[in-house]
Amino acid sequence: MTAPLTDRYAVTHRLYPYRRSADQDAAEPARHPVVVVGGGPVGLVTALDLGLKGHRVVLLDDHEGVGTGSRAICFSKRTLEICHRLGAGEQMLDKGVVWSRGRVFHDRDEIYAFDLLPEAGHRHPAFINLSQIDFERFLAEAIARANAEGAQIELRGRNRVDAVDPRADGVSFDVMTPEGPYQMEADWLIACDGARSPVRDMLGLGFEGRVFEDNFLIADVRMTADFPTERWFWFEPWFKSGASALLHKQPDDIWRIDFQLGWDIDREEELKEDNVRARVDAMLGPDVAYKLDWTSIYTFQCRRMDAFVQGRVVFAGDSAHQVSPFGARGANSGVQDAENLAWRLDLILRGVAGETLMQGYNRERVMAADENILNSTRATDFLTPKSAVSRTFRDAVLHLASDHAFARPLVNSGRLSVPCVYGRLPGFGADALEGGPDRSRPGAPCPDAPRGEGYLLDGIGDGFQLLGINAFVPDAFDLDGIAVTGLQLEADADIKARYLGVADHAVYLIRPDQHVVARWPVYSAEAVIAAIRAHLGR
Amino acid sequence: MALVLTPNIDNPDGFYDALVQAHEGLNADESAAFNARLILILANQVGNEETLRAALKTAQGA
Repeated sequence: MTAPLTDRYAVTHRLYPYRRSADQDAAEPARHPVVVVGGGPVGLVTALDLGLKGHRVVLLDDHEGVGTGSRAICFSKRTLEICHRLGAGEQMLDKGVVWSRGRVFHDRDEIYAFDLLPEAGHRHPAFINLSQIDFERFLAEAIARANAEGAQIELRGRNRVDAVDPRADGVSFDVMTPEGPYQMEADWLIACDGARSPVRDMLGLGFEGRVFEDNFLIADVRMTADFPTERWFWFEPWFKSGASALLHKQPDDIWRIDFQLGWDIDREEELKEDNVRARVDAMLGPDVAYKLDWTSIYTFQCRRMDAFVQGRVVFAGDSAHQVSPFGARGANSGVQDAENLAWRLDLILRGVAGETLMQGYNRERVMAADENILNSTRATDFLTPKSAVSRTFRDAVLHLASDHAFARPLVNSGRLSVPCVYGRLPGFGADALEGGPDRSRPGAPCPDAPRGEGYLLDGIGDGFQLLGINAFVPDAFDLDGIAVTGLQLEADADIKARYLGVADHAVYLIRPDQHVVARWPVYSAEAVIAAIRAHLGR
Repeated sequence: MALVLTPNIDNPDGFYDALVQAHEGLNADESAAFNARLILILANQVGNEETLRAALKTAQGA
């Protein structure tokens, strides 16, 4: 394929304008350790994480920057923790709209409410709402800052991958630019090129799953309104703008509105401004002035690839798995994919771990994708019942929920993204801390807690870490070329609740993505070494 | 909590009569909706996941 480059969408910020690269004039295809395909949230996080770890990274994108439309808007606590470690979290938190409360209505009645983070003592809230445009922009700015301090992350705009030739020890591929094609090689190719992944198609790999027969209209409207910063969701809303509706605040006076339209619709007709306005007017009332910022109609599918690691090509984010938007499990799970693969690839590229370490990425992120697909499918089945009897039960739940508390937990307008706990997969030992809290068991991401002027997670990550709570751990040692550092803490009430439970002291082994590998009541060098080696498959 | 499959209803004839009576005057859709509400109410009374799954299996004729 050597078709000229075409714009699939308009660009709002030209973050990486096309520049001729020396690779285009090389006599032989240039070889790179890591090439990332796709400059969305997942590609940017992958490139930034690997670049900060000292690797030379090239990211290829067929556009020159961020697309239009807010698209993903709900970014989870775990995503913010990851971005904070990468130096982009503060801007996100400053700009984002913080929320943790959701309210669900049926017709006019409130039937259910939830609070996602009822606990204090975390740097990051349960969620922020932020436009994907800003999310990507902040990551690109963090990449520029990292490069200013010596990182080597190169973003190549208007570089489209057209053909992929996988080899045993790498990947060779063709790239199209405005000045014609060139060839490149990479030890590892990370495909973050979205749900319609061209790389996946080029390799002839399947992407099977369920299609949901429903259409949703997104309208981002700009208005000044004093609705609270909560997620409001209606089933069968009294204003009749859709079978369901959602209202959620974003920064800069933008409100995300979502209407469920049904299956047999005329997309073009529905997207006409007058028709969109009629639905929004019915919801907001005739006196509210607003401007339509962005509209779109989407359908969705729940599906994943059989395996996310295909030799030296690794799929991450929507290219590997796709879910419905109810639950904010798309971008958030993709960012966790990126973090999961980055530390593994770091060890592999540095030659201190074998290629098989990437199989752990496959196992863990397939498990996470299945969990996300399950939750997303359940929510979607509740929103769009697929049979008459499913609809009858759904309506019965909604009917009972107004008067009876027992039915409210059955109401499902999306179960929001929480990180997957990998503990039952290979590489995680048995939980050796008797009485330890469930939330910090092996496989779980470390819960945050206040520490001094900052937070516990500030001091954890990037390498293997021992955390001694009321217990001795060594300051630092080297194991087979891998640096292990230690941090000793006296437990306060928060640390006790989150890490000790009924135990008096504990030692945690934490891997570079802040997930717990193992925990014990006391330090034992032998146990720690065995746990690290087992985890790295030695 | 094991699923009870031995007689446990206090007044079998009385309950059966009340159940059928409750559907009187309802069309098929209304009856289906009524049954769905009733199942949800009774399921909440049982609560235990294992027992509920055993009940689903028994109803399937397994």
